[in-house]
Amino acid sequence: MKGIFAIMLAALLTDNFVLSKFMGICPFLGVSKKASSSLGMGAAVTFVMVCASVVTYPIYHFILDPLGITYLRTIAFILIIALFVQLVETALKKLMPPLYNALGVYLPLITTNCAVLGLTILNIDNEYTFGQSVINAFFSGIGFLMVLLIFSGVRSRVEEADVPETFKGVPATLIAAAILSLSFIGFSGLGN
Amino acid sequence: MSNFKEFTKGLIKENPTLVGLLGMCPTLAVTTTAINGLGMGLATTFVLLGSNIVISLLKNVIPKSVKLPCYIVIIAGFVTLIEMLMKGYLPDLYKSLGTFLSLITVNCIILGRAEMFASKNKVIPSIMDALGMGLGFTLALTIMASVREIFGAGAWFGIKIPYIQSLTLFILPAGGFFVLGCVIAAVNKLSDKKPPQEIGCSSCPSRESCSSCQSEGGAK
Repeated sequence: MKGIFAIMLAALLTDNFVLSKFMGICPFLGVSKKASSSLGMGAAVTFVMVCASVVTYPIYHFILDPLGITYLRTIAFILIIALFVQLVETALKKLMPPLYNALGVYLPLITTNCAVLGLTILNIDNEYTFGQSVINAFFSGIGFLMVLLIFSGVRSRVEEADVPETFKGVPATLIAAAILSLSFIGFSGLGN
Repeated sequence: MSNFKEFTKGLIKENPTLVGLLGMCPTLAVTTTAINGLGMGLATTFVLLGSNIVISLLKNVIPKSVKLPCYIVIIAGFVTLIEMLMKGYLPDLYKSLGTFLSLITVNCIILGRAEMFASKNKVIPSIMDALGMGLGFTLALTIMASVREIFGAGAWFGIKIPYIQSLTLFILPAGGFFVLGCVIAAVNKLSDKKPPQEIGCSSCPSRESCSSCQSEGGAK
């Protein structure tokens, strides 16, 4: 059984969702151009991740598992996430317009973000308890936000840099991501 | 003849990964060995083929307002099928692909083809489109994986290659980003085309139905 601190460190640094698990690469490359949009996307993802793991845990352990239909989890989870994103969007629009204005535009993109579905499945595969799942969700989301924020800074420099013609644009961005990922390897071993 | 064109466009000209810049997550994550890349590509092709056939058959039945949830359920159904088949017949591959097999559900190539092609075309062209796009994705994944396995482990499809000093960096996550950057740059160079400047709404398959994209001024 892993301690809370170990889960936290792993989710934030050593097993970071973007840089070592490769989930959520599309928003990582697509939204990380400005610090403000990185913050918005990161916050929205964190929010949905925590909510999704709160909802999927009881559904898996009290419905799918007793009935012996765990093989349906992919369908069940993606439906829950899609439903949930829709629900959150509607609720925020009605109840908290300022928050909706800040996060609203990123919400529809999250349905097809593999980080959220990946997180709920990993929580089940790692046999986390309810508390561990929620903590893992929260810190994975924060880790995602952190990397997006760091990378938005890196990117503003890369865009001004003088790179060879063929590498301009996406290839240069990917190579910058490689260097960032390399620097995160420095954290490995922290969790042990 | 036109059916044949639908097939070939996905292989090189409109390759979903290297030109369309879609499905980046599996492209980076599972390509540590050539066999994983090939397996992942073929599994995705299977799901894409199934979902394209079903969606093109049901395109007049599915109401417009709930089409995205419908597509996702159809896709998730095929993903579950391939998961169970692979668990039964190829347990080793199943283990090494892990979570990413379930994550085929949210691969934007599949949803993108459903939205942009299968929902507007008949069954036969949809099959051709699925095969072309799927094999294009498989090709890209196998190339990526071959480069990483040859340089990272000094082997190809598990067969040791003599005289190659292995460099663990290529197997690490950082190597994935690096090799993908180089492969895309190489494709740009070979196709003599202006490199793609952004990964943004312009390449996103669901931009027509995505409210955030429209509110931000749409595709660039």
